[in-house]
Amino acid sequence: MNAHPPLFEVRDLRVAFGRNGTFAEAVRGISLHVDHGEVLGIVGESGSGKSVGMLAALGLQPEGARVSGSVRFKGRELVGLPRRDLRELRGSRIAMIFQDPLSSLNPVMTIGAQISEAVHLHNPDLSRRAVIDRARDLLALVAIPQPDRRLHQYPHEFSGGMRQRVMIAMAVANDPDLLIADEPTTALDVTVQAQIMDVLADLQARLKLGLVLITHDLGVLAGHADRVAVVYAGEVVEQAGVDDLFARPGHPYTRGLIASIPDMTAQKDRLFSIEGTPPALGRLPAGCAFNPRCVNAQEICRHQAPPTLRRGDHSAACHFAFAGTESAA
Amino acid sequence: MTTIPATRLTLPRWLNLPLVLGFFLVLFWLAATIAAPWMTGHAPLDMVGRRLQPPSWDHLLGTDALGRDVLSRTLHGARHSIPIAVTVVAFAVTIGACLGALAGFVGGIVDTVIMRLVDVTLSFPPMLLAMAVAASLGPGLENAAIAMVAVWWPIYARLMRAQVLEVREREHVEAAIASGATQTRVLTRHVLPLCWTPVLISATMDLGQVILLAASLSFIGLGATPPTPEWGSMIADGASQFYSWWVALGPGLAILTIVLGFNFIGDGLHDYFDPRSK
Amino acid sequence: MIRYILRRLIAMPFLVLGIVTLAFLLTSVTKGDPLTAIVSDRQMNNPEVVAAAKARWGLDRSLPERYAIYVGNLVQGDMGTSFITRRPVAQDVMFRLPATMELVTAAMIVGATIGISLGVLAAYFRNTVIDHTARLFALFGSSIPVFWLGLALLYVFSVQWGVLPGPGRLDARATPPTTITGFMTIDTLLAGDIRLFLDAVWHLILPAFVLGWAVAGTISRLVRANMLEILSRDFILTARAKGAGEFRVVIRHALRNTLVPTLTVIGYSFAYLLTGAVLTETIFSWPGMGSYAVEAARGLDFPAIIGVTIVGGIIFLVVNLLTDIAYVIANPRVRLG
Repeated sequence: MNAHPPLFEVRDLRVAFGRNGTFAEAVRGISLHVDHGEVLGIVGESGSGKSVGMLAALGLQPEGARVSGSVRFKGRELVGLPRRDLRELRGSRIAMIFQDPLSSLNPVMTIGAQISEAVHLHNPDLSRRAVIDRARDLLALVAIPQPDRRLHQYPHEFSGGMRQRVMIAMAVANDPDLLIADEPTTALDVTVQAQIMDVLADLQARLKLGLVLITHDLGVLAGHADRVAVVYAGEVVEQAGVDDLFARPGHPYTRGLIASIPDMTAQKDRLFSIEGTPPALGRLPAGCAFNPRCVNAQEICRHQAPPTLRRGDHSAACHFAFAGTESAA
Repeated sequence: MTTIPATRLTLPRWLNLPLVLGFFLVLFWLAATIAAPWMTGHAPLDMVGRRLQPPSWDHLLGTDALGRDVLSRTLHGARHSIPIAVTVVAFAVTIGACLGALAGFVGGIVDTVIMRLVDVTLSFPPMLLAMAVAASLGPGLENAAIAMVAVWWPIYARLMRAQVLEVREREHVEAAIASGATQTRVLTRHVLPLCWTPVLISATMDLGQVILLAASLSFIGLGATPPTPEWGSMIADGASQFYSWWVALGPGLAILTIVLGFNFIGDGLHDYFDPRSK
Repeated sequence: MIRYILRRLIAMPFLVLGIVTLAFLLTSVTKGDPLTAIVSDRQMNNPEVVAAAKARWGLDRSLPERYAIYVGNLVQGDMGTSFITRRPVAQDVMFRLPATMELVTAAMIVGATIGISLGVLAAYFRNTVIDHTARLFALFGSSIPVFWLGLALLYVFSVQWGVLPGPGRLDARATPPTTITGFMTIDTLLAGDIRLFLDAVWHLILPAFVLGWAVAGTISRLVRANMLEILSRDFILTARAKGAGEFRVVIRHALRNTLVPTLTVIGYSFAYLLTGAVLTETIFSWPGMGSYAVEAARGLDFPAIIGVTIVGGIIFLVVNLLTDIAYVIANPRVRLG
């Protein structure tokens, strides 16, 4: 056992949705951890359970979902924690930003009111004046020009990139230890995606944030993540340091993701893409969940769920992980 | 966290509880409309007992100020209220739909004139306008009915016009016009058949509200005249016999249940067509 | 949107003219002889009165001329003389208007409070007992005839239990305050009589509830539908992720977003309230425009009934316009965009 527990540790997290008495698991036992000041990238296709899992870890699962497993923050168990205690953590120690900054901001409240709320909720004794000052500083922190004027404006008066900056400002309002960013650039124009990633990376380094970066684009993680967890069909299929993962991917799904990153230098005619679609909720194939789409699936893959094989800090859930990696791709 | 109960009674999707409840309530009153004479022991105008008797086994809802059986009168009331409502809605739909279709199809000055008339009519609080029309025409059930048609037709005119404008834009209509069909033919063969359904559904749902309006007019003395066992005027009788609460109970429950029936049906249909709201 | 309001403002006079025209046509088609719409049966035998009326309303002239005279008289505030009260209709209506407005306002407050609370609860606890109860409450509200509900509640609460007062605006033994605004609640306060004020409020409860129930139902259904939609939006998740409590999420974030449609439906429910007020006032002996209209209709007092109808129509138009303006003001995107 570690003397210092990791900042954030998820073990065997399961989230199930029920309909007519039967439950289907969208998250099927995810385990991962983030240390202080570390950037963990979580990558997977939409519907793979990566967002649902992280929301559920903070008690924000949709109504009717069943959550089990263990989520520890600084050693404290979050699953089953009273709502009140969870609320105190959310927005103060653990913050989140979401994919679409337009729909994530309240259209009828000014930007100032929304940032101030984040400050006020966790500092109820702070004076109005001080709260507004803090909100202005936060806007300046994420490099929004003319923060004084901007405070009084509504979300629809901001551009997409500016809105996401506001979301980031709101998230870091109380100097959190952990920031969970769920596809923070997906809904933005390509031109501003890089800017937002820079703002995030800059704040992460300055505030020593533990950062969970959820994305469907492995390329985003190359320059920004320390470690990467690859999620497929509600499970972590591979986890490794970012360089290790790109150099020696152990899971065929990861290899597919790497191959499908648009390469700016080598002018490829056509992008590689993985054949098929991920399994629907509650309709898993027998054996390895990835086998119907896997280019090198064998007989065993169709019958037996793969074990998680390890090589140092690198783990992959494939019958053939680390076996002839170099030749397979 | 909340979990979904394990077992749940599964019904066909169209068969929801409000719809079924509404159906039976309306069915009951339709039966009363047809069979009231055989459902009751007394004729509605017969003075069968002592005056103002509270409910008893002989008279389940008591007797009124003239010694008539309130239950019998209530059931017979359906024979007045329901046909009136149906007639009023039928006339309102016919007038409104014709004018609305005309406005939508012809457009231009015809559209403007008809729709301004609609706007002005809908600018009055409905009850006040109905009262003014009914009073101008003089008391009596027919005049009250005319007043209600006058208040109600613009609703269908608006609905029909919107339908016609919508259907007109569809491809098959444009194709018919392109292939040289006459105006009348396009309207009667290609547009109107597709416009009726929503108008008729809405008209059926409105029956309850029309029953309420008719009873309101009768209650203030502008509809059915005294001996008639009409619910609104029966409640007016009850109001003048305030301390004999049962006189107004029967007709009040009658209006409540039949209007509730129509509202349940409307609600059930709404659930069916728009399951998101559930 | 501003342009839309301007267009509405410009259309206003035309709609008012339309209302007046329709009312004029009503008086002139009456039983063939328009004289019966101006002179009561009793005075019909008095040639002087008949001649004076004919001259004043130009009854011996052609229809268009009469229309011009009618509109001219209206513009000067002359709506004729009531057969029953023998006073100018305009004066009667103005005298009775405040009581109606007080009742309708109280009913609106009751309806909006109950409706919004039920709608929010039903949406938050959807498909639970609370939700189903709210739905039944709404359906009953639009199904119960107000005149019967008024009688029933008066009988139960006033006669049987004696917990609420009977009809009227004040206790029969009380001396009403000097009429300043015509709103009993305000006039009693202006007179500095708190006991009388409480009595006035006490008398408002039942009629306001009777009138407000149906409106509460309509509002609750609309609020529920809007709340369901809003509660599924992303910014609700943002608010929860900030650490906001459920009450704050529901009221500050969700309810505020349903404010605009709610305001609109409250404004439009005015039509229903004016209609319902006619009957409610009759039951509760409320000396307002509604009971005046009913007396007029029963007594075939044409100048009075037409006068009330015109005033009702104009009030209705104005309230709908105000609703639209409020819609613009309450909606930041429309206001600034």
